[in-house]
Amino acid sequence: MDIYLPIAGLSVNIFVIILLGGAVGMLSGMFGVGGGFLTTPLLIFYGIPPMVAAASASTQVTGASVSGVFAHMRRGGVDFHMGAVLVAGGLLGTIFGAVLFEVLEAWGQIDTVINILYTVLLGSIGGMMAKEAWQSVSATRSGKPLPARKRRHHPLVANLPGRWRFYRSGLYISPLAPLILGFLTGILTMLLGVGGGFIMVPAMLYILGMSANVVVGTSLFQILFVTMSSTMVHSLTTRAVDIVLAVFLLIGSVTGAQIGARLAQRMRPDYLRLLLAAIVLIVALRMALGLGWQPDEIYTVQFL
Amino acid sequence: MIARWLLILALLLPLPALAQTVVEPKLVPDVSQRNINIQSRFTGAELLLFGAIIYPRGVAPEGQVDVAVVLRGPTRPIILREKQKVAGIWVNAESIDFRSAPAYYAIASSRPIDKIVDARTAAIYELGLKRLQLSPTGEIQTSEVRRFTNGLVDLNRRDGLFAEAAGAVDITDQVLYRARLTIPSSVPEGRYVAETLLIRNGRVIVADDSVVVEISKTGFERFITIMAQEYGLLYGAFAVLISLFLGWFAGYVFRRL
Repeated sequence: MDIYLPIAGLSVNIFVIILLGGAVGMLSGMFGVGGGFLTTPLLIFYGIPPMVAAASASTQVTGASVSGVFAHMRRGGVDFHMGAVLVAGGLLGTIFGAVLFEVLEAWGQIDTVINILYTVLLGSIGGMMAKEAWQSVSATRSGKPLPARKRRHHPLVANLPGRWRFYRSGLYISPLAPLILGFLTGILTMLLGVGGGFIMVPAMLYILGMSANVVVGTSLFQILFVTMSSTMVHSLTTRAVDIVLAVFLLIGSVTGAQIGARLAQRMRPDYLRLLLAAIVLIVALRMALGLGWQPDEIYTVQFL
Repeated sequence: MIARWLLILALLLPLPALAQTVVEPKLVPDVSQRNINIQSRFTGAELLLFGAIIYPRGVAPEGQVDVAVVLRGPTRPIILREKQKVAGIWVNAESIDFRSAPAYYAIASSRPIDKIVDARTAAIYELGLKRLQLSPTGEIQTSEVRRFTNGLVDLNRRDGLFAEAAGAVDITDQVLYRARLTIPSSVPEGRYVAETLLIRNGRVIVADDSVVVEISKTGFERFITIMAQEYGLLYGAFAVLISLFLGWFAGYVFRRL
């Protein structure tokens, strides 16, 4: 069954969109990531204009993360104090991202920048995840436990001026560190339509050194507010949020997320992380190929 | 003075006389749909452009007549960018500004355009994809304009926004003609003008562009577009609320299961 997307300005197969949302939702349920890093490229691949894809994907991530935030809140897994600082940075980031978006578009390099960002970010983070998951899998196999990692924030963070106490995170650090982290992910949310969880979670663990039991909940909390802000900023500037597209993506992804969460309980976490790393690396590879190989379309049209 | 008047009279007189001996045929063009509404189930449209050729005294002349129909969408200014390989990666390197690129252009003719009119006539009437006048701005070499124009034509052709179909106009008894044109779902709203040309002996005898097709979003699609364009704040807030609701609702339902 086909449906016309009023903002994207073309008709798509409704089942493809719901399935796409469902697959991404399943992954997000299994791994606790928003899945925007998959939605945006897949939508573009399907023929949705890149700007509409990024804008609508961020709207979809809002819906995909809301039930996760509630779940983590119920078990005290959200550091609201830390979350508020991250959100503040994220809001500034989305506004800055909107300006950046316009500058890059006028310069004609927005799609190249998006491709490079995807390749570099997903490539490096996927590589890190794969390495770590592999180590942990082989450790369980050989029966030798890995040495416990010391939780410490990065030396750079320690050098920032002013310190606040973040009780639930177990941290006494400068609020500038999470503010900058929030700001950077806010930019990514605006440009790529990603929630940024796949960057946020490792950064919270290894750069800020937050205690692990609040990392995912706080990251989801930040994603929830920053994607909301990104939807608002897109609605006011690029006007590229396609609500019909977002709703059908959501119908798929919220259902998929619940199924994924159930599936995840039956799988070993190490293998789960290895699987996620593989998926992330495949997307990164696909993006890298897109940069290096001759694209199908040499020409692109920008309307004035 | 009188001599001059006589001269003018002499010049004027033959014209009506000539017109009476060689009265041009008339075209009565029509289209299957004057309004195309874009609704949720819109997947593109097929237009039938048809009509009749009315000859003076009802007699079709000797020899073959040809018909070409052109459907043009609204024109708009665009920037066309071209990717090139720079330092190992494909990036947008060169670009061109076109002041009037048609959003849609389809031409159908009874025989290939090159066979029925000469190059000059084809250029004047903009017949055929390679003769589109896109009005590039700035100082650009002709070869560059050609390269970019070909690029745009190729891109839009694959998206179904540009089409050229020789032999797609059927003419019955030299009197009735019809052509079918497809419109993809990705066309923009606006006024689409259908021009019908009657061609004989390499000459355009009649050109009629009185047929207009309006393509517009209606109902829900129109409402959403207006909201997104004019009331961004409200639209954004609504998008956020609906995604929050759907996310919460799914969590709620699945916890009950």
